[in-house]
Amino acid sequence: MYVAVKGGEAAIANAHRLLADRRRGDRSLPSITIEQVVEQLGLAVDRVMAEASLYDRALAALAVRQARGDMIEAIFILRAYRTTLPRFGYSEPVDTANMKVERRVSATYKDLPGGQLLGPTFDYTHRLLDPSLIADETVPEPAVKEPGEHVMRVSDILDGEGLIEGDGRMPEGHVMGDLTREPMEFPMARDLRLQALARGDEGFLLALAYSTQRGYGRTHPFVGEVRIGEVEVELDLPELGFAVSLGVIRVTECQMVNQFKGSAKQPPQFTRGYGLVFGQSERKAMSMSLVDRALRTDEFSEDIVAPAQDQEFVISHADNVQATGFVEHLKLPHYVDFQAELDLVRCMRREYGAARTGGEDGMKEATE
Amino acid sequence: MDANKEQALPEAAAQRREGMRLLARATLAELVDAWEAIADRLDVAPVRGPETGLVMVRGRIGGGGDAFNLGEATVSRATVRLASGEIGHGQMLGTDKERARFAAIFDALFQTEKHRPAVEALHRQIAARIDAEDRRRAEETAATRVDFFTMVRGDD
Repeated sequence: MYVAVKGGEAAIANAHRLLADRRRGDRSLPSITIEQVVEQLGLAVDRVMAEASLYDRALAALAVRQARGDMIEAIFILRAYRTTLPRFGYSEPVDTANMKVERRVSATYKDLPGGQLLGPTFDYTHRLLDPSLIADETVPEPAVKEPGEHVMRVSDILDGEGLIEGDGRMPEGHVMGDLTREPMEFPMARDLRLQALARGDEGFLLALAYSTQRGYGRTHPFVGEVRIGEVEVELDLPELGFAVSLGVIRVTECQMVNQFKGSAKQPPQFTRGYGLVFGQSERKAMSMSLVDRALRTDEFSEDIVAPAQDQEFVISHADNVQATGFVEHLKLPHYVDFQAELDLVRCMRREYGAARTGGEDGMKEATE
Repeated sequence: MDANKEQALPEAAAQRREGMRLLARATLAELVDAWEAIADRLDVAPVRGPETGLVMVRGRIGGGGDAFNLGEATVSRATVRLASGEIGHGQMLGTDKERARFAAIFDALFQTEKHRPAVEALHRQIAARIDAEDRRRAEETAATRVDFFTMVRGDD
Protein backbone atom coordinates (compact mmCIF):
# COMPACT_ATOMS: atom_id res chain seq x y z
CA MET A 1 0.00 0.00 0.00
CA TYR A 2 1.25 3.50 -0.86
CA VAL A 3 0.13 6.36 1.37
CA ALA A 4 0.66 9.86 0.00
CA VAL A 5 1.82 12.28 2.65
CA LYS A 6 0.78 15.91 2.58
CA GLY A 7 1.52 18.82 4.87
CA GLY A 8 4.33 21.22 5.58
CA GLU A 9 2.95 24.13 3.52
CA ALA A 10 3.01 26.51 6.48
CA ALA A 11 6.48 25.35 7.50
CA ILE A 12 7.80 25.84 3.95
CA ALA A 13 6.26 29.30 3.65
CA ASN A 14 7.75 30.36 6.97
CA ALA A 15 11.13 28.83 6.08
CA HIS A 16 11.24 30.90 2.88
CA ARG A 17 10.25 34.00 4.85
CA LEU A 18 13.08 33.26 7.25
CA LEU A 19 15.45 32.78 4.31
CA ALA A 20 14.48 36.23 2.98
CA ASP A 21 15.16 37.70 6.40
CA ARG A 22 18.58 36.06 6.74
CA ARG A 23 19.46 37.07 3.18
CA ARG A 24 18.71 40.69 4.04
CA GLY A 25 20.68 40.43 7.27
CA ASP A 26 21.04 43.34 9.68
CA ARG A 27 18.46 45.96 8.57
CA SER A 28 20.58 48.78 10.00
CA LEU A 29 23.09 48.14 7.16
CA PRO A 30 22.35 49.35 3.63
CA SER A 31 21.10 46.71 1.20
CA ILE A 32 23.68 45.65 -1.41
CA THR A 33 22.77 46.69 -4.96
CA ILE A 34 23.10 44.65 -8.17
CA GLU A 35 25.45 47.31 -9.53
CA GLN A 36 27.68 46.92 -6.46
CA VAL A 37 27.82 43.16 -6.96
CA VAL A 38 28.68 43.61 -10.66
CA GLU A 39 31.37 46.21 -9.93
CA GLN A 40 32.90 44.92 -6.69
CA LEU A 41 32.36 41.13 -6.81
CA GLY A 42 32.91 40.88 -10.56
CA LEU A 43 34.77 37.57 -10.54
CA ALA A 44 31.95 35.89 -8.59
CA VAL A 45 29.58 37.21 -11.25
CA ASP A 46 31.89 35.85 -13.97
CA ARG A 47 31.98 32.38 -12.43
CA VAL A 48 28.21 32.26 -12.20
CA MET A 49 27.88 33.28 -15.87
CA ALA A 50 30.43 30.69 -17.00
CA GLU A 51 28.96 27.74 -15.14
CA ALA A 52 25.32 28.73 -15.71
CA SER A 53 26.34 28.95 -19.38
CA LEU A 54 24.56 32.30 -19.71
CA TYR A 55 26.32 35.61 -20.31
CA ASP A 56 24.44 38.39 -18.53
CA ARG A 57 26.30 40.27 -15.80
CA ALA A 58 23.23 41.89 -14.22
CA LEU A 59 21.24 38.65 -14.00
CA ALA A 60 24.26 36.76 -12.66
CA ALA A 61 24.72 39.44 -9.98
CA LEU A 62 21.05 39.14 -9.07
CA ALA A 63 21.50 35.38 -8.75
CA VAL A 64 24.55 35.84 -6.49
CA ARG A 65 22.57 38.16 -4.26
CA GLN A 66 19.50 35.95 -4.23
CA ALA A 67 21.65 32.93 -3.34
CA ARG A 68 23.35 34.79 -0.45
CA GLY A 69 26.67 34.27 -2.18
CA ASP A 70 26.24 30.50 -2.58
CA MET A 71 27.85 30.12 -6.00
CA ILE A 72 26.34 26.80 -7.04
CA GLU A 73 22.88 27.95 -5.93
CA ALA A 74 23.36 31.12 -8.00
CA ILE A 75 24.50 29.05 -11.00
CA PHE A 76 21.43 26.83 -10.56
CA ILE A 77 19.06 29.85 -10.49
CA LEU A 78 20.62 31.40 -13.61
CA ARG A 79 20.67 28.05 -15.46
CA ALA A 80 16.98 27.62 -14.66
CA TYR A 81 16.22 31.14 -15.88
CA ARG A 82 17.78 30.46 -19.28
CA THR A 83 15.28 27.67 -19.91
CA THR A 84 12.46 30.26 -19.82
CA LEU A 85 13.78 32.18 -22.85
CA PRO A 86 13.43 31.38 -26.57
CA ARG A 87 16.58 30.74 -28.63
CA PHE A 88 17.05 33.34 -31.37
CA GLY A 89 19.96 31.61 -33.05
CA TYR A 90 23.68 30.82 -33.06
CA SER A 91 26.30 33.57 -33.17
CA GLU A 92 29.21 33.70 -35.55
CA PRO A 93 32.25 32.19 -33.79
CA VAL A 94 33.95 34.86 -31.67
CA ASP A 95 37.35 36.01 -32.98
CA THR A 96 39.78 35.81 -30.07
CA ALA A 97 42.72 36.86 -32.29
CA ASN A 98 41.08 40.31 -32.46
CA MET A 99 40.34 40.47 -28.74
CA LYS A 100 40.65 43.84 -26.98
CA VAL A 101 43.28 42.39 -24.68
CA GLU A 102 43.26 43.41 -21.00
CA ARG A 103 45.76 40.77 -19.91
CA ARG A 104 48.03 38.43 -21.83
CA VAL A 105 50.88 36.38 -20.48
CA SER A 106 52.96 33.65 -22.08
CA ALA A 107 55.12 31.16 -20.24
CA THR A 108 56.84 29.98 -23.43
CA TYR A 109 58.22 33.24 -24.89
CA LYS A 110 59.64 36.16 -22.94
CA ASP A 111 59.70 38.67 -25.79
CA LEU A 112 56.81 38.33 -28.16
CA PRO A 113 54.70 40.74 -30.24
CA GLY A 114 52.35 42.53 -27.85
CA GLY A 115 54.49 41.72 -24.84
CA GLN A 116 53.61 40.35 -21.44
CA LEU A 117 50.62 42.36 -20.26
CA LEU A 118 49.89 41.62 -16.61
CA GLY A 119 46.55 43.42 -16.40
CA PRO A 120 44.49 43.32 -13.19
CA THR A 121 46.10 40.17 -11.74
CA PHE A 122 46.35 38.62 -8.27
CA ASP A 123 49.75 37.20 -9.33
CA TYR A 124 52.70 38.65 -7.40
CA THR A 125 50.45 39.94 -4.60
CA HIS A 126 51.56 38.66 -1.21
CA ARG A 127 48.18 37.22 -0.33
CA LEU A 128 48.17 39.15 2.91
CA LEU A 129 44.86 40.46 4.22
CA ASP A 130 44.66 44.17 3.50
CA PRO A 131 43.23 46.17 6.42
CA SER A 132 43.01 49.31 4.26
CA LEU A 133 39.98 47.74 2.55
CA ILE A 134 38.10 47.79 5.87
CA ALA A 135 38.48 51.54 6.08
CA ASP A 136 37.32 52.00 2.48
CA GLU A 137 40.33 54.17 1.65
CA THR A 138 40.48 56.08 -1.62
CA VAL A 139 41.90 53.96 -4.44
CA PRO A 140 44.28 55.74 -6.87
CA GLU A 141 43.48 55.81 -10.58
CA PRO A 142 45.37 53.22 -12.68
CA ALA A 143 48.64 54.17 -14.37
CA VAL A 144 48.49 54.68 -18.14
CA LYS A 145 50.97 54.26 -21.00
CA GLU A 146 50.90 54.47 -24.76
CA PRO A 147 49.53 51.13 -26.09
CA GLY A 148 51.95 48.97 -28.07
CA GLU A 149 51.59 46.74 -31.11
CA HIS A 150 48.91 44.12 -31.88
CA VAL A 151 48.96 41.20 -29.45
CA MET A 152 49.92 38.27 -31.67
CA ARG A 153 48.75 34.75 -30.88
CA VAL A 154 51.55 32.54 -29.57
CA SER A 155 50.22 29.50 -31.43
CA ASP A 156 50.70 31.40 -34.71
CA ILE A 157 54.39 31.93 -33.89
CA LEU A 158 54.99 28.19 -33.44
CA ASP A 159 52.67 27.33 -36.32
CA GLY A 160 54.86 29.35 -38.70
CA GLU A 161 57.64 26.81 -38.18
CA GLY A 162 55.29 23.81 -38.26
CA LEU A 163 56.36 22.95 -34.71
CA ILE A 164 52.83 22.78 -33.35
CA GLU A 165 49.58 21.19 -34.46
CA GLY A 166 47.04 23.55 -36.03
CA ASP A 167 43.86 24.91 -34.44
CA GLY A 168 41.45 22.03 -33.94
CA ARG A 169 39.65 20.56 -36.93
CA MET A 170 36.74 18.15 -36.62
CA PRO A 171 36.56 15.18 -39.01
CA GLU A 172 35.22 15.86 -42.52
CA GLY A 173 31.42 16.13 -42.54
CA HIS A 174 31.11 16.53 -38.76
CA VAL A 175 27.99 18.44 -37.68
CA MET A 176 28.56 20.70 -34.67
CA GLY A 177 26.75 19.36 -31.61
CA ASP A 178 24.82 21.28 -28.96
CA LEU A 179 24.51 19.85 -25.45
CA THR A 180 21.43 21.96 -24.78
CA ARG A 181 19.58 20.31 -27.64
CA GLU A 182 20.70 16.67 -27.67
CA PRO A 183 21.22 14.13 -24.88
CA MET A 184 24.82 13.23 -23.97
CA GLU A 185 26.31 10.27 -25.78
CA PHE A 186 29.73 8.68 -25.52
CA PRO A 187 32.19 8.69 -27.13
CA MET A 188 31.66 12.45 -27.36
CA ALA A 189 33.28 14.60 -30.06
CA ARG A 190 35.72 17.36 -29.08
CA ASP A 191 33.35 20.25 -29.89
CA LEU A 192 30.72 18.89 -27.49
CA ARG A 193 33.35 18.12 -24.85
CA LEU A 194 34.53 21.74 -25.01
CA GLN A 195 30.95 22.97 -24.56
CA ALA A 196 30.59 20.73 -21.49
CA LEU A 197 33.97 21.81 -20.08
CA ALA A 198 33.22 25.52 -20.65
CA ARG A 199 30.27 25.25 -18.28
CA GLY A 200 31.85 22.62 -16.03
CA ASP A 201 32.52 23.18 -12.34
CA GLU A 202 35.72 25.14 -11.79
CA GLY A 203 36.70 23.13 -8.73
CA PHE A 204 36.17 19.79 -10.45
CA LEU A 205 38.15 20.82 -13.54
CA LEU A 206 40.90 22.32 -11.37
CA ALA A 207 41.25 19.04 -9.45
CA LEU A 208 41.36 16.99 -12.66
CA ALA A 209 43.88 19.37 -14.24
CA TYR A 210 46.01 19.11 -11.09
CA SER A 211 45.81 15.33 -11.22
CA THR A 212 47.35 15.32 -14.72
CA GLN A 213 50.25 17.40 -13.41
CA ARG A 214 50.77 14.94 -10.57
CA GLY A 215 51.15 12.07 -13.01
CA TYR A 216 47.62 10.77 -13.56
CA GLY A 217 47.65 11.22 -17.33
CA ARG A 218 50.64 13.51 -17.68
CA THR A 219 50.67 15.87 -20.70
CA HIS A 220 53.81 17.99 -20.11
CA PRO A 221 52.06 21.36 -20.42
CA PHE A 222 53.28 24.92 -20.96
CA VAL A 223 51.02 27.94 -21.01
CA GLY A 224 51.50 29.15 -24.57
CA GLU A 225 49.34 32.06 -23.61
CA VAL A 226 46.47 33.18 -21.45
CA ARG A 227 44.52 36.20 -22.64
CA ILE A 228 41.55 38.06 -21.20
CA GLY A 229 39.52 40.72 -22.95
CA GLU A 230 36.47 41.69 -24.95
CA VAL A 231 35.35 40.05 -28.17
CA GLU A 232 32.49 41.03 -30.40
CA VAL A 233 29.42 38.77 -30.69
CA GLU A 234 27.85 38.76 -34.15
CA LEU A 235 24.53 37.29 -35.21
CA ASP A 236 23.51 36.61 -38.78
CA LEU A 237 20.22 38.36 -39.61
CA PRO A 238 18.53 36.44 -42.42
CA GLU A 239 16.15 39.33 -43.13
CA LEU A 240 19.13 41.56 -43.94
CA GLY A 241 21.51 38.99 -45.36
CA PHE A 242 24.47 39.93 -43.18
CA ALA A 243 25.74 39.45 -39.62
CA VAL A 244 25.44 42.34 -37.15
CA SER A 245 27.25 42.93 -33.89
CA LEU A 246 25.21 42.48 -30.72
CA GLY A 247 27.88 44.00 -28.50
CA VAL A 248 30.92 42.67 -26.68
CA ILE A 249 31.52 40.01 -24.04
CA ARG A 250 34.61 39.44 -21.91
CA VAL A 251 36.20 36.02 -22.19
CA THR A 252 39.33 34.24 -21.00
CA GLU A 253 41.26 32.04 -23.42
CA CYS A 254 44.09 29.62 -22.67
CA GLN A 255 46.33 28.03 -25.27
CA MET A 256 48.11 25.15 -23.60
CA VAL A 257 51.14 23.74 -25.43
CA ASN A 258 51.83 20.11 -24.65
CA GLN A 259 54.61 17.70 -25.39
CA PHE A 260 55.09 16.43 -28.90
CA LYS A 261 53.66 13.58 -30.85
CA GLY A 262 54.82 12.26 -34.15
CA SER A 263 54.15 9.31 -36.36
CA ALA A 264 55.54 7.51 -39.39
CA LYS A 265 53.67 10.03 -41.55
CA GLN A 266 54.32 13.16 -39.53
CA PRO A 267 57.42 14.60 -37.82
CA PRO A 268 57.07 15.31 -34.10
CA GLN A 269 55.22 18.50 -33.16
CA PHE A 270 53.74 20.03 -30.03
CA THR A 271 50.13 19.14 -29.27
CA ARG A 272 47.59 21.51 -27.76
CA GLY A 273 44.76 21.90 -25.28
CA TYR A 274 42.23 24.72 -25.48
CA GLY A 275 40.27 26.64 -22.89
CA LEU A 276 37.67 29.36 -23.45
CA VAL A 277 35.48 30.66 -20.64
CA PHE A 278 32.96 33.49 -20.15
CA GLY A 279 34.31 36.34 -18.04
CA GLN A 280 37.68 36.68 -16.34
CA SER A 281 38.71 33.27 -15.05
CA GLU A 282 42.15 32.07 -15.98
CA ARG A 283 42.15 29.27 -13.39
CA LYS A 284 39.13 27.80 -15.13
CA ALA A 285 40.45 28.42 -18.66
CA MET A 286 43.81 26.81 -17.79
CA SER A 287 42.12 23.83 -16.13
CA MET A 288 39.83 23.43 -19.13
CA SER A 289 42.76 23.41 -21.56
CA LEU A 290 44.63 20.78 -19.51
CA VAL A 291 41.57 18.55 -19.33
CA ASP A 292 40.80 19.12 -23.04
CA ARG A 293 44.29 17.87 -23.91
CA ALA A 294 44.06 14.93 -21.51
CA LEU A 295 40.77 13.83 -23.09
CA ARG A 296 42.20 13.70 -26.63
CA THR A 297 43.44 10.15 -26.15
CA ASP A 298 41.80 8.80 -29.30
CA GLU A 299 43.52 11.38 -31.55
CA PHE A 300 46.97 10.52 -30.21
CA SER A 301 46.42 6.78 -29.60
CA GLU A 302 47.08 7.22 -25.88
CA ASP A 303 46.09 4.61 -23.31
CA ILE A 304 43.41 5.71 -20.86
CA VAL A 305 45.10 5.17 -17.50
CA ALA A 306 43.81 8.09 -15.42
CA PRO A 307 40.47 9.72 -14.52
CA ALA A 308 41.21 12.95 -16.42
CA GLN A 309 41.54 10.94 -19.67
CA ASP A 310 38.20 9.16 -19.25
CA GLN A 311 35.69 11.33 -21.10
CA GLU A 312 32.61 9.57 -19.75
CA PHE A 313 33.86 10.06 -16.19
CA VAL A 314 34.91 13.68 -16.74
CA ILE A 315 31.98 14.97 -18.78
CA SER A 316 29.31 13.11 -16.80
CA HIS A 317 30.48 14.66 -13.55
CA ALA A 318 31.60 18.15 -14.59
CA ASP A 319 28.18 19.83 -14.39
CA ASN A 320 27.68 21.12 -10.86
CA VAL A 321 23.95 21.78 -11.34
CA GLN A 322 23.38 18.11 -12.16
CA ALA A 323 25.76 17.02 -9.43
CA THR A 324 24.23 19.14 -6.71
CA GLY A 325 20.74 18.09 -7.76
CA PHE A 326 21.52 14.43 -7.31
CA VAL A 327 23.59 14.77 -4.16
CA GLU A 328 21.20 17.21 -2.48
CA HIS A 329 18.05 15.28 -3.35
CA LEU A 330 19.15 12.78 -0.68
CA LYS A 331 17.90 15.16 2.01
CA LEU A 332 14.37 15.17 0.61
CA PRO A 333 11.82 12.75 2.12
CA HIS A 334 12.75 9.12 1.46
CA TYR A 335 10.39 7.85 4.14
CA VAL A 336 8.91 5.00 2.10
CA ASP A 337 12.25 3.86 0.65
CA PHE A 338 13.75 3.89 4.11
CA GLN A 339 10.76 1.98 5.59
CA ALA A 340 11.39 -0.75 3.03
CA GLU A 341 15.09 -0.87 3.95
CA LEU A 342 14.18 -1.05 7.66
CA ASP A 343 11.87 -3.99 7.02
CA LEU A 344 14.57 -5.68 5.00
CA VAL A 345 17.31 -5.27 7.60
CA ARG A 346 14.93 -6.50 10.36
CA CYS A 347 14.08 -9.54 8.27
CA MET A 348 17.78 -10.26 7.60
CA ARG A 349 18.58 -9.96 11.30
CA ARG A 350 15.78 -12.41 12.15
CA GLU A 351 17.17 -14.89 9.64
CA TYR A 352 20.69 -14.34 10.96
CA GLY A 353 19.45 -14.91 14.55
CA ALA A 354 17.53 -18.01 13.54
CA ALA A 355 20.51 -19.44 11.67
CA ARG A 356 22.79 -18.78 14.65
CA THR A 357 20.40 -20.38 17.15
CA GLY A 358 19.86 -23.29 14.80
CA GLY A 359 23.62 -23.65 14.30
CA GLU A 360 24.32 -23.59 18.05
CA ASP A 361 21.62 -26.22 18.61
CA GLY A 362 23.26 -28.35 15.95
CA MET A 363 26.68 -27.94 17.65
CA LYS A 364 25.19 -28.93 20.98
CA GLU A 365 23.63 -32.01 19.43
CA ALA A 366 26.92 -33.02 17.91
CA THR A 367 28.82 -32.78 21.22
CA GLU A 368 26.20 -34.69 23.11
CA MET B 1 28.55 31.77 -41.66
CA ASP B 2 31.40 32.80 -43.92
CA ALA B 3 34.04 34.91 -42.22
CA ASN B 4 34.67 36.85 -45.42
CA LYS B 5 31.03 37.65 -46.08
CA GLU B 6 31.38 41.27 -45.04
CA GLN B 7 33.91 41.97 -47.78
CA ALA B 8 31.21 41.39 -50.36
CA LEU B 9 28.73 43.77 -48.68
CA PRO B 10 27.71 46.77 -50.77
CA GLU B 11 28.49 50.22 -49.37
CA ALA B 12 24.95 50.99 -48.14
CA ALA B 13 24.60 47.67 -46.33
CA ALA B 14 28.07 48.05 -44.80
CA GLN B 15 27.12 51.49 -43.44
CA ARG B 16 23.88 50.18 -41.99
CA ARG B 17 25.74 47.25 -40.44
CA GLU B 18 28.25 49.58 -38.80
CA GLY B 19 25.38 51.75 -37.54
CA MET B 20 23.69 48.72 -36.01
CA ARG B 21 26.97 47.73 -34.32
CA LEU B 22 27.11 51.14 -32.66
CA LEU B 23 23.41 51.22 -31.74
CA ALA B 24 23.88 47.85 -29.99
CA ARG B 25 26.36 49.61 -27.67
CA ALA B 26 24.26 52.75 -27.08
CA THR B 27 23.13 53.68 -23.57
CA LEU B 28 19.44 54.32 -22.96
CA ALA B 29 20.23 57.96 -22.20
CA GLU B 30 22.03 58.42 -25.54
CA LEU B 31 19.06 56.94 -27.40
CA VAL B 32 16.39 58.88 -25.51
CA ASP B 33 18.25 62.18 -25.88
CA ALA B 34 18.72 61.65 -29.62
CA TRP B 35 15.05 60.71 -30.03
CA GLU B 36 13.85 63.77 -28.15
CA ALA B 37 16.15 66.00 -30.18
CA ILE B 38 14.28 65.09 -33.37
CA ALA B 39 11.80 67.88 -34.11
CA ASP B 40 9.26 66.15 -36.35
CA ARG B 41 9.07 62.59 -35.07
CA LEU B 42 7.36 60.00 -37.27
CA ASP B 43 4.82 57.53 -35.94
CA VAL B 44 6.45 54.20 -35.15
CA ALA B 45 4.55 50.90 -35.25
CA PRO B 46 5.90 47.71 -33.69
CA VAL B 47 6.37 44.79 -36.09
CA ARG B 48 8.08 42.32 -33.76
CA GLY B 49 8.91 42.58 -30.08
CA PRO B 50 10.59 44.10 -28.27
CA GLU B 51 11.46 40.69 -26.86
CA THR B 52 14.29 39.02 -24.95
CA GLY B 53 15.76 35.66 -25.84
CA LEU B 54 19.04 33.81 -26.15
CA VAL B 55 21.82 33.53 -28.66
CA MET B 56 24.20 30.59 -28.43
CA VAL B 57 27.67 32.13 -28.55
CA ARG B 58 30.17 30.04 -30.46
CA GLY B 59 33.92 29.85 -30.18
CA ARG B 60 36.55 28.11 -32.32
CA ILE B 61 38.63 25.15 -31.20
CA GLY B 62 42.18 26.41 -30.63
CA GLY B 63 40.97 29.95 -31.35
CA GLY B 64 40.83 29.52 -35.14
CA GLY B 65 39.64 25.97 -35.80
CA ASP B 66 36.16 24.53 -36.18
CA ALA B 67 33.30 26.04 -34.19
CA PHE B 68 31.90 24.82 -30.88
CA ASN B 69 29.14 26.14 -28.63
CA LEU B 70 30.57 28.16 -25.76
CA GLY B 71 27.37 29.16 -23.96
CA GLU B 72 24.38 31.41 -24.34
CA ALA B 73 23.91 35.15 -23.91
CA THR B 74 20.74 37.17 -23.34
CA VAL B 75 19.73 39.25 -26.36
CA SER B 76 16.89 41.75 -26.78
CA ARG B 77 15.53 42.62 -30.20
CA ALA B 78 12.80 44.64 -31.83
CA THR B 79 11.54 45.39 -35.32
CA VAL B 80 9.57 48.55 -36.09
CA ARG B 81 7.98 50.22 -39.09
CA LEU B 82 7.93 53.98 -39.58
CA ALA B 83 4.83 55.75 -40.87
CA SER B 84 6.87 56.38 -44.03
CA GLY B 85 7.35 52.61 -44.52
CA GLU B 86 10.98 51.95 -43.53
CA ILE B 87 11.56 48.82 -41.44
CA GLY B 88 14.21 48.95 -38.70
CA HIS B 89 15.82 46.18 -36.67
CA GLY B 90 17.41 46.59 -33.25
CA GLN B 91 19.27 43.82 -31.43
CA MET B 92 21.77 43.85 -28.59
CA LEU B 93 23.13 41.82 -25.69
CA GLY B 94 21.20 42.04 -22.43
CA THR B 95 17.58 42.24 -21.35
CA ASP B 96 16.86 45.93 -21.98
CA LYS B 97 13.92 45.87 -24.40
CA GLU B 98 13.56 49.65 -24.42
CA ARG B 99 17.09 50.04 -25.80
CA ALA B 100 16.34 47.41 -28.45
CA ARG B 101 13.19 49.29 -29.51
CA PHE B 102 15.06 52.60 -29.80
CA ALA B 103 17.86 50.88 -31.74
CA ALA B 104 15.25 49.59 -34.20
CA ILE B 105 13.76 53.07 -34.57
CA PHE B 106 17.16 54.60 -35.33
CA ASP B 107 17.96 51.81 -37.79
CA ALA B 108 14.72 52.70 -39.60
CA LEU B 109 15.42 56.45 -39.43
CA PHE B 110 18.90 55.80 -40.89
CA GLN B 111 17.16 54.65 -44.07
CA THR B 112 15.24 57.92 -44.48
CA GLU B 113 16.94 60.75 -46.31
CA LYS B 114 15.54 63.33 -43.93
CA HIS B 115 16.63 61.84 -40.60
CA ARG B 116 19.83 60.17 -41.69
CA PRO B 117 22.11 63.04 -40.62
CA ALA B 118 20.66 62.97 -37.09
CA VAL B 119 21.23 59.20 -36.87
CA GLU B 120 24.78 59.60 -38.20
CA ALA B 121 25.43 62.17 -35.49
CA LEU B 122 24.21 59.65 -32.91
CA HIS B 123 26.49 57.00 -34.44
CA ARG B 124 29.45 59.35 -34.14
CA GLN B 125 28.58 60.15 -30.53
CA ILE B 126 28.42 56.46 -29.58
CA ALA B 127 31.59 55.66 -31.52
CA ALA B 128 33.46 58.47 -29.78
CA ARG B 129 32.42 57.20 -26.36
CA ILE B 130 33.35 53.57 -27.13
CA ASP B 131 36.68 54.63 -28.65
CA ALA B 132 37.51 56.71 -25.56
CA GLU B 133 36.62 53.80 -23.25
CA ASP B 134 38.65 51.32 -25.33
CA ARG B 135 41.56 53.73 -25.55
CA ARG B 136 41.57 54.28 -21.80
CA ARG B 137 41.49 50.55 -21.08
CA ALA B 138 44.27 49.87 -23.62
CA GLU B 139 46.42 52.52 -21.93
CA GLU B 140 45.79 51.03 -18.50
CA THR B 141 46.73 47.59 -19.82
CA ALA B 142 49.85 48.95 -21.56
CA ALA B 143 51.05 50.33 -18.22
CA THR B 144 51.19 46.73 -16.91
CA ARG B 145 53.51 45.56 -19.72
CA VAL B 146 56.67 43.94 -18.44
CA ASP B 147 59.96 45.52 -19.53
CA PHE B 148 62.56 42.80 -19.21
CA PHE B 149 66.18 43.67 -18.61
CA THR B 150 69.11 41.30 -18.48
CA MET B 151 71.30 40.95 -15.42
CA VAL B 152 74.86 40.35 -16.54
CA ARG B 153 76.89 38.07 -14.29
CA GLY B 154 80.68 38.03 -14.13
CA ASP B 155 83.15 40.54 -15.53
CA ASP B 156 82.98 39.99 -19.27
